[in-house]
Amino acid sequence: MVGEKIKAESINLNFWYGTVQALKNVNLKIAEKKVTALIGPSGCGKTTFLRCFNRMHDLYPNNRYEGEIFLYPDKVNIVSPHVDPIEIRMRIGMVFQKPNPFPKTIYENIAYGLRVRGINNKKVLDEVVERSLKGAALWDEVKDKLNKLAFELSGGQQQRLCIARALATDPEILLFDEPTSALDPIATGRIEELIEELKEKVTILIVTHNMQQAARISDYTGFMMLGELIEFDTTDKIFTNPSKKLTEDYVTGRFG
Amino acid sequence: MQNRKIVKFREKILEITFFLCAFVSVFTTFAIIFILFFESYDFFKQVPLKEFFLGTQWTPLFAEPKFGILPLVLGTLITTIIALLVALPVGLITAIYLSEYAPHKFRETVKPVLELLAAVPTVVYGYFALLFLTPILQKIIPDLSTFNALSPGIIMGIMIVPYVSSVSEDALKAVPMQIREGSYAMGATKFQTAFKVLIPSAFSGIAAAFIIGISRAIGETMVVAIAAGMMPNFTFNPLEPVQTITSYIVQVSLGDVPHGTLEYRTIFAAGIVLFFMTLFFNIIGYFLRSKIREKY
Amino acid sequence: MDIKKQDIKEVIKINKIWEFLFYFIGLISTFIGLALLCVLFIDLFLDGYPRLTYKFFTSFPSRFPKEAGILSAWVGSILVMIVTAISAIPVGVLAGIYLEEYAKKNWFTNFIEINISNLAGVPSIIYGLLALGLFVQTLKFGESILTGGLTLGLLILPMIIMATRESIRAIPDSIREASYALGATKWQTVKHHILPYSSGGILTGIIIGLSRAIGETAPIITVGALTFIAFLPTSPFTDTFPFISFKWLFDPFTVMPIQMFNWVSRPQKEFHINAASAGIVLLIMTLAMNALAIYIRYKFRKRIKW
Repeated sequence: MVGEKIKAESINLNFWYGTVQALKNVNLKIAEKKVTALIGPSGCGKTTFLRCFNRMHDLYPNNRYEGEIFLYPDKVNIVSPHVDPIEIRMRIGMVFQKPNPFPKTIYENIAYGLRVRGINNKKVLDEVVERSLKGAALWDEVKDKLNKLAFELSGGQQQRLCIARALATDPEILLFDEPTSALDPIATGRIEELIEELKEKVTILIVTHNMQQAARISDYTGFMMLGELIEFDTTDKIFTNPSKKLTEDYVTGRFG
Repeated sequence: MQNRKIVKFREKILEITFFLCAFVSVFTTFAIIFILFFESYDFFKQVPLKEFFLGTQWTPLFAEPKFGILPLVLGTLITTIIALLVALPVGLITAIYLSEYAPHKFRETVKPVLELLAAVPTVVYGYFALLFLTPILQKIIPDLSTFNALSPGIIMGIMIVPYVSSVSEDALKAVPMQIREGSYAMGATKFQTAFKVLIPSAFSGIAAAFIIGISRAIGETMVVAIAAGMMPNFTFNPLEPVQTITSYIVQVSLGDVPHGTLEYRTIFAAGIVLFFMTLFFNIIGYFLRSKIREKY
Repeated sequence: MDIKKQDIKEVIKINKIWEFLFYFIGLISTFIGLALLCVLFIDLFLDGYPRLTYKFFTSFPSRFPKEAGILSAWVGSILVMIVTAISAIPVGVLAGIYLEEYAKKNWFTNFIEINISNLAGVPSIIYGLLALGLFVQTLKFGESILTGGLTLGLLILPMIIMATRESIRAIPDSIREASYALGATKWQTVKHHILPYSSGGILTGIIIGLSRAIGETAPIITVGALTFIAFLPTSPFTDTFPFISFKWLFDPFTVMPIQMFNWVSRPQKEFHINAASAGIVLLIMTLAMNALAIYIRYKFRKRIKW
């Protein structure tokens, strides 16, 4: 990662669901305005790791973090109990596995993040809604039906709406949790294009079960197994010349 | 082969028996409608519908009887509205608190205790409204008469809280976790998530809960019969005594009104109005609740 | 539109104030009902305990408050409950089994379902009018224990049906398939598997239904139960063959809540004490039944896990 500006880094991160340890000493650096992908067999902890970044685990009882995730430039420890998860979530956006628009209009879905921040000025909202929908390449498709319910959109459109919703508040990092696993190949292609455009503006961390997807869109890739980060390097290196036997077996499809 | 036939025959007989048991419920509904119409048929032959539905005086036991149901309907509405002003906010907030804020253990302990509120016999609530709450309210509002709509209304409201809160809570619980996560991921607090996302998502279920509450309040009898007085006043003032449809039926049943007289038939005529008022809300409530099940 | 970091801290502070406020409002509204329940119990106890003596349970009502008791009322309540239980439990449970295990998905089943859910919401006094027209006038059962018991039976029928269905629905299909795979008929499956596995939930529903029936006043007033009864119903046991008599079914009666209602609507303060004492007895009866139901539910939930 020579010459990259670091946006966030995890240092000796451990995580427990109750008594089950799901992450073991994960150390990983995330470069600013690059796409970092996490791959690995299901149950390897990649989603668990991703959800540490916006403290999603705090929503459920008996979860425990240990170690640090620093968010730069102010070097806040994201997982510290003294840091308010709400502040973290306002700085870091997330797009989920299944599109989860709110049962509201398209407009209100996008405006939600601003309303949560107490911004209700119609002019500001209009502007942000337009900019975010354009940013998520959805504006042309929905500009005439902003007051229709978000449920009326197709699955792919709903997922781009969720991306627009996250973009509306200018997050510093955008987390993607297998964002295309519920979509058809065409919708998947559009989301992938979108992610490549987005990295101009925002740091992206994406979990994917699809190795080709990681190879296509990411700059860096981490391979995880059984809660450990086995190898982390540039995407080229991981897919063409990995240094660990396990990584090689996985990316060449010998297991997983 | 013979044996199989017997088994088949037995199975069929049992199925028919079970069906008849289920049919009892259909029979009950038809019997209610039939009896109400049958027993009030002579009443409506003597009292024009116009007087019944639009008259503002209800004095069937007087020498010169008047049969306008409006004072009873108004009395029912006033006590119902007071009850709802208590039950709907308290029930909904309790539901949100229990489903979104309270720790699991707390919820599991509090819920059955809350259900007890609905289990206390209504005659006990009537006693409490008349002899405990009314004297206290009279200290605050000197104009309050001993029998009034306010005190039984409040007690009825608290009585229906468990109905409202348990159905609302089910509706909130039915909102998928990923919708909540979507909101929390935007940095929303629980309060914002509950009011901006969960309530709109669970809207039909919460509406069903409200409607069940309305239907309960309209049909409640003993609390108002004891504490609201037995005066069919045509009034909007909750501080005065009122009579509801239900408490009128109680009043007549307590007295010695011979079978077959016009006075006797009035309770069935009043019963029809009550039955269709609650039927209306029950059916809306049923469809709203089946909508929650479909949605997710 | 840039959202700066110091803004965020400010916004979070405001959001947190609301969060905190609502937390308290939620706690208060949850406890309002519980507080009322406590106050009610204490009030009733303070008012009524002077009358709660052995004599109170063994005396008939009287014109003199100090001598009046609840003998005919509690005996009446128990006899009415026996009729209610015998009439409502089998019909309710079997109807529930029919709807879950036998009924085909068609418009008629749908109709029965809407119907039951509506009946559960029909005001109890309407059941009283039904009973007055059907049992008292048409079938000529009179203003008797039989009429009272059947009325309350009809009233709690929807509750028992719904409780039965709910606990049957919790049984996974794999159990049914396992039973059918062994060659069992439908009835055998119901008898050996469905009923035993759902009995906890059904029992809970029955007890809650009966506890509601025991506190019901309005429909019993409507069918014409008397408020002043100074005798007991005929004994069900006789000294001549066949040693058992059903004459009590047709005797006039009163029940606990009616006795309490009668006392509370007297203008004399002294009678209010009797009302409070009757209220304590009634409350303890219903709360005990509910506690039992909660206990059974808890017990069964622990025992059977799918």
